[in-house]
Amino acid sequence: MSWLDQAAKGIKALTRKKDIPDNLWRKCPSCSEILYHRELERNLWVCGACGHHLPFTTEQYLELLIDAGTWQETHRGIVSKDSLGFKDSKSYKDRIKASRKKTGKDDAVLTGKGELEQIPVVVSMLDFTFMGGSMGSVVGEKIARALLDSLRDRSANIILSRSGGARMQESLLSLMQMAKTSAVLARLRNEAIPYISILTHPTTGGVTASFAMLGDVIIAEPGALIGFAGPRVIKQTINSDLPDGFQSSEFLLEHGMVDQIVTRKELKQTLARMLRWCVAGRDVSVRQPIRG
Amino acid sequence: MEWKKKTLWLEFELPLVELEERIQTVQDSADVRGLDVSSEVQRLREKAERLGREIFAKLEPWQRVQLARHPRRPTTNDFIQHIFSEFDELHGDRMFRDDAAIVGGLAVLEDRNLMIIGHQKGRDTKSNIKRNFGMAHPEGYRKALRLMHMAARFGRPVVTFIDTPGAFPGVGAEERGQAEAIARNLREMADLPVPIVVVITGEGGSGGALALGVGDRVYMLENAIYSVISPEGCAAILWRDNTKAADAAKAMKLTAADALNLGVVDGIIDEPIGGAHRDHKTVALRVKAQIQDTLAELEGLSADQLRDQRLEKFLAMGIYDQVPSG
Ligand SMILES: [Zn+2]
Repeated sequence: MSWLDQAAKGIKALTRKKDIPDNLWRKCPSCSEILYHRELERNLWVCGACGHHLPFTTEQYLELLIDAGTWQETHRGIVSKDSLGFKDSKSYKDRIKASRKKTGKDDAVLTGKGELEQIPVVVSMLDFTFMGGSMGSVVGEKIARALLDSLRDRSANIILSRSGGARMQESLLSLMQMAKTSAVLARLRNEAIPYISILTHPTTGGVTASFAMLGDVIIAEPGALIGFAGPRVIKQTINSDLPDGFQSSEFLLEHGMVDQIVTRKELKQTLARMLRWCVAGRDVSVRQPIRG
Repeated sequence: MEWKKKTLWLEFELPLVELEERIQTVQDSADVRGLDVSSEVQRLREKAERLGREIFAKLEPWQRVQLARHPRRPTTNDFIQHIFSEFDELHGDRMFRDDAAIVGGLAVLEDRNLMIIGHQKGRDTKSNIKRNFGMAHPEGYRKALRLMHMAARFGRPVVTFIDTPGAFPGVGAEERGQAEAIARNLREMADLPVPIVVVITGEGGSGGALALGVGDRVYMLENAIYSVISPEGCAAILWRDNTKAADAAKAMKLTAADALNLGVVDGIIDEPIGGAHRDHKTVALRVKAQIQDTLAELEGLSADQLRDQRLEKFLAMGIYDQVPSG
């Protein structure tokens, strides 16, 4: 077993319910209510008082969405390479090393296949804890491969996003991942293979401006920050205050940019309903693709 | 004319500009007095040529950034004027408004009918306000897409000129779906059934550049730049100091040579000594020749071949390691 697997196992063990001591608590960042971890765990890390969605790990989403025993991770062992020899206050090599050590993960995305209420799905989940969920060559490559898996297997695709955007340390190569992932999505669309994009807190920059906004259906978690430019940059540019709730899920819904805001509790059944609408009762392979 | 002002020259090109002004002065006064100064002028011209080569042989990435943003640099409208025999501009996205930061329209290049689309910067304060410094809103990208779809319907190749600091970061832009507009263009360009030739002429700034940049062939002018974020933005985030933009520019590998090395662009179009802004016509004719050669190459391909090769091209981008897992 590699050190990576061991680290991953360690993290899993930590998040297991029985390991959470009774006296662990935190304040809701939105309403300041005292929330006990045990209660939060039962409540999918959603504040019982105000409904604020606290960060949820990739493993927790997997457990929430994928039928038990059906998950199979794909495209492992694809890891970042410091192709530009990038160095700011720290070298990119060291940043990757530190992130791998901290998270026990290869990079900022997990890909795999499984079933969601018995519907076969290919899933990619971005991980904000790994360099802010930023998209460099690895994230782009794994998402593109997962989309190609959907194309080959004719199974639905789901991408769960949380990301600061393109990874600056891979510069132009990061930018190109936007084109790469979007190019494969054109194929899924032509073949009428459903793709649902789930936006969680926060989703910005090059991730929003590529696959995240290209879902047949786009779902947002309540209260997530979703946008292209970061609020600070916009504030600096226009030199005035931003409207209340600017770039929140609710703001995007109001402006026609997402289809629904769905709570964690309702996420799986909502996805299942939508996917069944797309695929159930028909042989997708004989359907004439509709362009436009 | 306002843009003759000295302030519109970069510091490192001033010695060259001053020498050229001196040549002009010598020539002018000689003409007035009827003197023969041809050998003196010849000597100065050779000196200017040497000086130009010297300055431009060892440009730092930050100097390329400055050249790419040069206020005298040819804009999309300059290229259109020098390259095409006919041009009918088409306006508006049919949904919200016309975005002057992107221009596009029907063009004729010798015997070819093409759709031209490009970012448009201004030349002075007034025109830059109109053009929003070449920073498009969603409606700009949607106009571009409308024109690309029209090109597809009529089987005409698309040529795009990229020159933008980036997509505009503003409240209205976010409200109207800046991210969605860019993302949609990426997907639709990847799937367009006609040839797409992209020329990065100045600043290739981030997603706002890429939104016109998914082509069968992508070329860069010698002093153009292409990057995921502006050097100032990168410095502000990674160095926490936006005066470190020159350091960021170096680290980001944003020059044409870098982009070619990384497999992101297919070729570099040389600029005249001193940069594209010294001679719009010469550089425009080189761009024209490149477009013609490339279209001749792509015209034999079917729609499916074009789409497949374009997908393969972008799937191949990225550098990573594959290590044994498990
Ligand atoms: Zn709360």
